[in-house]
Amino acid sequence: MGLVGAFLVLVVIALAARPLGRYMFKVFAGRPAFGDRIARPVEALLWRLGGVDPDEGMTWKQYFKAVLWLNLPMALISYVILRTQTHLPLNPDRQGVIAWPLAFNTAASFVANCNWQAYSGEQTMSYLSQLAALVFLQFTTPATGIAMVVGFIRALGQKTDTLGNFYADYLRALTRVLLPLAFVGSLVLLAAGVPDTFAGAAVVHTLQGTTQVISRGPVAALEAIKQLGTNGGGFFNANSAHPFENPNWLSNVLEIIMMSTLPIALVFTFGHMVDAQREGTSQASLRIGARQANVIFGVTMTVLVACFLIIYGSELGGNPALHSALGVRLAPNMEGHEVRFGQALTALFVNNTTAFTTGAVDTMHDSLTPLAGGTALLLMMLNAVFGGKGVGLLNILMFVVITVFVSGLMVGRTPTLLGKKIESREIRLATVAMLIHPVLILAPTAFALVHRIGTSSLTNPALHGISEVVYAYASAAANNGSAFAGLNANTPFYNVSLGLVILIGRYLSVAAMYALAGSLASKVPAAVTAGTLRTDTWSFGWVYVGVLVIVGALTFFPVLALGPIGEALSMHAGMWF
Amino acid sequence: MHFEGWRAWGPALRMSIVSWLLCGVAVPLLIVFVGEALVPAHAQGSMLRGPSGQVVGSADIGQDWTSPRWFWGRPSATLNPATGKPEPYAANNSGGSNLGPTNSALKAEVQANLQAFLAGNPGVSASQVPLDLLESSGSGLDPDITPASAYIQVPRVARATGLPAATLDALVAGQTHDGLLVRLFGAPFVNVLRLNVALARTEGAP
Repeated sequence: MGLVGAFLVLVVIALAARPLGRYMFKVFAGRPAFGDRIARPVEALLWRLGGVDPDEGMTWKQYFKAVLWLNLPMALISYVILRTQTHLPLNPDRQGVIAWPLAFNTAASFVANCNWQAYSGEQTMSYLSQLAALVFLQFTTPATGIAMVVGFIRALGQKTDTLGNFYADYLRALTRVLLPLAFVGSLVLLAAGVPDTFAGAAVVHTLQGTTQVISRGPVAALEAIKQLGTNGGGFFNANSAHPFENPNWLSNVLEIIMMSTLPIALVFTFGHMVDAQREGTSQASLRIGARQANVIFGVTMTVLVACFLIIYGSELGGNPALHSALGVRLAPNMEGHEVRFGQALTALFVNNTTAFTTGAVDTMHDSLTPLAGGTALLLMMLNAVFGGKGVGLLNILMFVVITVFVSGLMVGRTPTLLGKKIESREIRLATVAMLIHPVLILAPTAFALVHRIGTSSLTNPALHGISEVVYAYASAAANNGSAFAGLNANTPFYNVSLGLVILIGRYLSVAAMYALAGSLASKVPAAVTAGTLRTDTWSFGWVYVGVLVIVGALTFFPVLALGPIGEALSMHAGMWF
Repeated sequence: MHFEGWRAWGPALRMSIVSWLLCGVAVPLLIVFVGEALVPAHAQGSMLRGPSGQVVGSADIGQDWTSPRWFWGRPSATLNPATGKPEPYAANNSGGSNLGPTNSALKAEVQANLQAFLAGNPGVSASQVPLDLLESSGSGLDPDITPASAYIQVPRVARATGLPAATLDALVAGQTHDGLLVRLFGAPFVNVLRLNVALARTEGAP
């Protein structure tokens, strides 16, 4: 029954993604689109206030620098608000001062669209910090991500010197996509039961005669953009497991749909944009972009569903070690779970939040059965099973370039991507972009596991402790933000090291991809001949999956064997640590 | 030339301030005010009133029921935020146990929960207790239990309150949500606070 429900949700996501992708294409191509009459005058005003001419093109270097120059002051605004919240209004629960390592970690993690949280929301953040520091970045960083991939896609069409105007793309992502969807989404979640108030914590006297202090706040204003922007930073410590962030099955389904639809839609946006740039050329009739998008969508969806089934199956199997030790039922895992979501939709949430690098959690990932937690970890290590807003598609295209190279070597044809020749410079840049991710995960994990400043934060012993640390750095490098939350990450070592991994993971790999974009933009697409290795075919798609899995598995297999795989074997053998 | 050197900072600074006013101030405020106007009951946190009309909690937030005369909720691993000591259902400090599946602390926790439940519910054996009554929730504030977990407590509550078991069974059935949509997209559940409010109403009725 639950499995049927989960698949229905996936079908809704897939059906919604296509029209949304087409709509975003119209928006970013500057074509007539729904909502023009309201949005155009607003955008004209905002461009005047911002001092931006939306028609002024930028080279790849200017485009990428604009990303950095815009993100830096935004991070500073957030940092200052977090550090001064005790002097600012909207602090009814009198939250205290936030120390600089935590404020740095939080500003870095939110500006990078990671939303790693080393703090407990209801014990740390004033309402003003939640909205003006964190929701602010939850809107602007996915808009940055969408603009980054839109600029990159422009390099794949015709030969061009410029990739469009970053500020124009960024602002349109806000005014046409994120702001309207989040506004409607917040009201829908509110109707489903999510609170939204500036009143401080409620104090109630229970039927049993005790007192309970119930934290609340403007939760709905955060919840929709938290999911839509693949942000994941929750209002409360328990994130979307908290009944105020996610009160029932309906809000849970809505949150899964919100986090999953936009990253898939961008794949279709990519297809339409490439085809539109080739209109009027001899290649227009091939519709190569749309075909490529369909192949990417099909094979990535297959990986997504396969991972979901592993997570679901592992959780249904429960914990045989508990069963044999205590004589309790061998039933689906409930540790860290909430009753109202059911096993299937909880598994889908785990799957999609790590696949789409959202990082919201509706169950405690640290208490998942080993193979379920391991699959969540693997999805962040791959970082390209659709991935987060914009950046996910960049990672997919990076793996496509590498697959083009590998299969070109195998069959002895000139490697091309959408007609553009892939040469040694492109391969080198794609390889650099690819290697940053495993280095950022494995190097600090190794250090943290051998040094006391790393291991003293562990709450779970032995193999699970390894998973805990590698999960933290994988989450940071993939800009996911979910956690094996037993790890006490609010220490200077973890705050600073994870903050740095987050920033490097976000900006350095994109820098390499933008150098690649500059190189691809300067090429004229070659005509398709019998000697061309076509990338818009299903056989190429399956080779792509093979490369993704082999590169992912080979790079990370040793640490997965030490962590989740070893723990799964121990659990079935009834071992305790 | 607009985007070269120091001149590139102009639009970046201006755009970040414009973005902050729009996304960090205007839109969040708009959402809160529209929300409070449209659905005020939800907006405040779904506060629930008891038989005598006073607020007894939030329908969304679980409570720590320990007396045998009330239906119990799930184990909660929350801590008192000031002392850091265990305090179940601390609704100002949500969170789970975060214990991994092979951590012997998990075994100890489940064993303690099992012993407490068996002691309070004589006649029940270990293999009969649903796992949601033994394993702690993710938020530590789970307001629900499974219907099986409610029915297994009926004999105890009947003894403690003097109400007939059939009446209590009917109360549980009345608070059970197991419609088609719930089974498709969630799982059947009973809200413990609503069940206990209904129980208090039944006791108060002549």
